[in-house]
Amino acid sequence: MATMTMIQALNNAMDTMLAKDPDVLIFGEDVGYFGGVFRATDGLQKKHGITRCFDAPIAESGIVAAAIGMAAYGLRPVIEIQFADYIYPGYDQIVSEAARLRYRSAGDFTAPLTLRSPYGGGIFGGQTHSQSPEALFTHVAGLKTVIPSNPYDAKGLLISAIEDDDPVIFFEPKRLYSGRFDGWHEKPVETWSAHPASDVPEGYYNVPLGKAAIAREGQAVTVLAYGTMVHVALAAAEFAKIDAEVIDLRTLVPLDIETIVASVNKTGRCVVVHEATRTSGFGAELSALVQEHCFWKLEAPIERVAGWDTPYPHAFEWEYFPGPKRVAAALTRTLEA
Amino acid sequence: MKNPLMKNATSLSLRIPTPKARPGDPADLSHVNPPPAGETPRPDVSASAHDMRDMAFKLVRVLNDAGEAVGPWNPALDAQTLRRGLRVMLLTRAFDDRMYRMQRQGKTSFYMKSTGEEAIPTAAALALEKDDMCFTSYRQQAILFARDYPLVTMMNQIYSNAADPNRGRQMPVHYSAKQYGFFSISGNLATQVPQAVGWAMASAYKKDNRIACTFVGDGATAEGDFHQAMTFASVYHAPVIINVVNNQWAISSFQGIAGGDETTFAARAIGYGVPPLRVDGNDFLAVYGAIAWAAERARTNMGPTLIEHYTYRVEGHSTSDDPTRYRPAEEPRRWPLGDPVERLKQHLIVIGEWSDARHKALEKEVAEEVKTAAKEAEAIGTLGQSRPSVKEMFEDVYKEQPWHLRRQRQELGT
Repeated sequence: MATMTMIQALNNAMDTMLAKDPDVLIFGEDVGYFGGVFRATDGLQKKHGITRCFDAPIAESGIVAAAIGMAAYGLRPVIEIQFADYIYPGYDQIVSEAARLRYRSAGDFTAPLTLRSPYGGGIFGGQTHSQSPEALFTHVAGLKTVIPSNPYDAKGLLISAIEDDDPVIFFEPKRLYSGRFDGWHEKPVETWSAHPASDVPEGYYNVPLGKAAIAREGQAVTVLAYGTMVHVALAAAEFAKIDAEVIDLRTLVPLDIETIVASVNKTGRCVVVHEATRTSGFGAELSALVQEHCFWKLEAPIERVAGWDTPYPHAFEWEYFPGPKRVAAALTRTLEA
Repeated sequence: MKNPLMKNATSLSLRIPTPKARPGDPADLSHVNPPPAGETPRPDVSASAHDMRDMAFKLVRVLNDAGEAVGPWNPALDAQTLRRGLRVMLLTRAFDDRMYRMQRQGKTSFYMKSTGEEAIPTAAALALEKDDMCFTSYRQQAILFARDYPLVTMMNQIYSNAADPNRGRQMPVHYSAKQYGFFSISGNLATQVPQAVGWAMASAYKKDNRIACTFVGDGATAEGDFHQAMTFASVYHAPVIINVVNNQWAISSFQGIAGGDETTFAARAIGYGVPPLRVDGNDFLAVYGAIAWAAERARTNMGPTLIEHYTYRVEGHSTSDDPTRYRPAEEPRRWPLGDPVERLKQHLIVIGEWSDARHKALEKEVAEEVKTAAKEAEAIGTLGQSRPSVKEMFEDVYKEQPWHLRRQRQELGT
């Protein structure tokens, strides 16, 4: 065991997989010699060689397409899109090609690639370095979408993503890279070392895709969250002094519906939270699923707390970011309903 | 304040390129001025991209008007290989004709012929190794014939019947045949080009000796993916041959709309530091020579080549298209570079390895082969008469079927 930040855990996952499987290789903008703008691939080129971890042209469609070709050949490419906000030039290759290759060829060709991308807000990144576009990928048949919330899960989930035989979109909440963040932005930065999930095994292990975790057990209300919002939800429960059950979804597709349904059937109440814009966000899908599966157990309307339906604003970071106060207010409303 | 230099300037005007002739006009192909066969030099395969620049504006031709193979690009193929090429082209033409008729008879929804362009995929397939991976558009079906892919399997795909290898999930002609070195056809344009580069990079990464060969139309070279592919191919010296099939027409848009009036498509390579070749695409021997040149280059770690194949789309874009609505009806017959089948036939006759009688017999033979395959495929069923099990609609979305798809399949009752 070692104490790792999320970025170190991700680096360690790739290090582990490069050592384990010669068919794993990594490329993306600035990921090679420099080790990535967030240092996720720091040292990997030096340790594993230049053909295992190398720089790519600033051409997201080319990066995704090259990974599809490599995956079709039989490799397991891991690509980095420098910010989730830059993913759109590669969107056609992700949606029309990677996602459908297995289906359209009836398994003749497959695209077992992992696309990693720093994601989410809380860093004063403005509209081009803060977005949470997960719903654009969860909407696409054939993709898996994974969003970790802590170092242990980040490593285990990334290893599972690399070993998965389908294309995986792996969004990394960049605000969590070097420390835990629960949305109380005025507080001093909290290091990961104080958190039990920073105990990360050095070697190989995995956290299975499609399995949620219960971040906090509770009886009063279920909170469905992922990424940074797991920590915000925990802070909100503490702030509102509500015995909330916080579920860390970890994987959005395939979704762990059993854990969600069991929890909501127990609490009778549900609040869905995400950073992404509200309209047509993944929260809409979660709300619909909860009412489909748990309608007769619900004692209050399902609440959604999300980013406002605006582009991500620079100067209004904390009015935009759905912090603990907004989540706490939703929890309180749900209990009062 | 006005800029005094602008005082007497004329007003701006927006230029929209238009072809020389439209329906009702006489065909005008005066801009097509092919050099004599044998004239274009053949650089050594180790030539630098810089020294190859002129090749983007020349035209590699081997077969002259008399049907003789001349000049440095003559691949000097034996008669058996030449007859093999002729057979594959004739088979492609027979297959295209029959499937076109089947679409018109309502037996399938859609078809795309490759008439006039058969030499390009045929010669490419014969010049490549069988396990080199081809990332094609929808008009290189001849590669599958050249690699002996079963005709009946292609027809099953076209009919989306119970034996369709794609399990009823793709429109007709979107084949996938990994064992035959043929990548799944997408339908989205130019997406296959950077994928081919990635595949080639993987082959190099694994110290394999297979190369990738990709085909894209003149129109789709305007897509960003084409240019990203060129960048990647150049940067990583990917062992890939990038073929631009310039058949003059992108559905109804002439090649000037893709930028072909300003320079050649082969010249796109110059900016990327990739060697260009520009080839008479209706000349089987020229195409073979060019592909063999590029393949040798790729296989010896000298990187990618861009080849523009100058040809003509004789038929409509697809069964959903009517080319008489946008180009002179006589234009296909006036194409100055002739018909690839006739030119190879003439050559074989000139060298004493073929005759009109043998040609007629071969035409009959391939027509029979297509007919026999069609009977077998139609016995399984044409579109709507037979199809894979509906439950397969929910399979292969992921390797393992997740709960939500299982639930949806149950909801449909399958």
